[in-house]
Amino acid sequence: MADAAVEMVGVNKWFGDFHVLRDINLKVASGEKVVICGPSGSGKSTVVRCINRLEQHQKGTIRVGGVELTNDPKSVAAIRSEVGMVFQQFNLFPHLTVMENLTLGPLKARGLSRDEAEARAMRYLERVHIPDQAQKRPGQLSGGQQQRVAIARSLCMEPKVLLFDEPTSALDPEMISEVLDVMVELASEGITMVVVTHEMGFARKVADNMIFMDAGEIVEQGPPDEFFGAPRSKRCQKFLSQILQH
Amino acid sequence: MKRTLLALLLLIPLAGCSSSATWGWYVVDPSTPSGWTNVKFLISGMGSTIAVSVIAAAISILLGLIVALPGLSDRWGIRAINRVYVEFIRSIPLLPMLFWVFYGLPIIFREMGLDIPIDPFWGAIITLAISDSAFTAEIYRAGIQSIARGQTEAAQTIGLNYYQTMRYVVLPQAIRRILPPLANQFIYIVKMSAFASVIGMQELTRRANELVVTEYRPLEIYTLLIFEYLILVLVISAGVRWLERRMGSDERA
Repeated sequence: MADAAVEMVGVNKWFGDFHVLRDINLKVASGEKVVICGPSGSGKSTVVRCINRLEQHQKGTIRVGGVELTNDPKSVAAIRSEVGMVFQQFNLFPHLTVMENLTLGPLKARGLSRDEAEARAMRYLERVHIPDQAQKRPGQLSGGQQQRVAIARSLCMEPKVLLFDEPTSALDPEMISEVLDVMVELASEGITMVVVTHEMGFARKVADNMIFMDAGEIVEQGPPDEFFGAPRSKRCQKFLSQILQH
Repeated sequence: MKRTLLALLLLIPLAGCSSSATWGWYVVDPSTPSGWTNVKFLISGMGSTIAVSVIAAAISILLGLIVALPGLSDRWGIRAINRVYVEFIRSIPLLPMLFWVFYGLPIIFREMGLDIPIDPFWGAIITLAISDSAFTAEIYRAGIQSIARGQTEAAQTIGLNYYQTMRYVVLPQAIRRILPPLANQFIYIVKMSAFASVIGMQELTRRANELVVTEYRPLEIYTLLIFEYLILVLVISAGVRWLERRMGSDERA
């Protein structure tokens, strides 16, 4: 399947002696929305971080848009330019304004002119519903606004694949929905998304494929209806009953 | 008991002041023509002390960064370059290094067929800059490491390369934390520049030494010398605080 946006085959990774990823096989078609869930320490963040080489896998192959990830800096650069990432802790640049956060990548890595970069930044700030905050610094914004800026920042690079690593886990409850709303809107626009989250309502709404991980392996995967309706494995049943209880 | 001891200690110089046999301030009394000439002679060393310190600090700040960066590498072979440099330079006392640069280095240059004379001015600058760079390198390393890893990762995911990540994301944030210890190092350089007097550079300490030889008034002249350094350092401290406020307000905004 040549048009897989992301393809992981037999991926293994160790942190020292600790086997974090065990034979991960994952295929994400172009335009597909994949939601990964699982208990903490199950390796779900590591999967996402391997896709853009923030972590290095030790065995197996990862292909993004048909390009294999190797130690060659060119392959890493090529893949990173296709893949955006939204972090749990936002990781905005606190010394720059929102506008500067958004234009830094397009200006320096893409070589856009300042006018082009700022026009693009405004376009994406409107898309995340905070065009009026452009001249503020991240520290002046609420958590929800900061995360939406972070989403806009990755969109400014116009990636083919967008990775989310627990994007709402560091947010106060009342701010979670404003971020999820933006993500649902994005999902409807055809971008490929790989989302690590515990927000099962969001998952039901947008996921094409649900993945449950535990102890470094993919235990179960399938479309949301099956996944939530009739989970096959004991571990997945237990996990779902725990997080859906309240 | 402690307080009495302290009072006694403070009294010693005061007692000295009251007795004209101990203190002879006439030697640097600006109201007399000869005293004024002496004061002018002493203060005229200020220019070279400042020039040597500023140039040496500028070189050290640049060199320190260049030395610090390999120390942050993931590969130990590259990190080793940083460690060897820092440990080696840090262990050389300033005075022997000054002698080596001023008396030794020209011999090496001559051997290599290069005609590079080293005068006291540049000898002092090279020594101070290299000696200090081991310390500034450590300051940079600590400052850069204090910036959260997420910042570098975020910079990578928006396509910035190593240089761009440092230039636009990490260093602008690190510099605010680095500034106070860097200022400390600058003050250290100003004080250590006094060593340049032994290779004959006409700076504050050298001037004082020369005046002592002709006037035989070490107490007054060296007291004045100490106050010259004090004023210099106070001015630097005020300048740094001003700079910090300016940069700090930037971040708070």
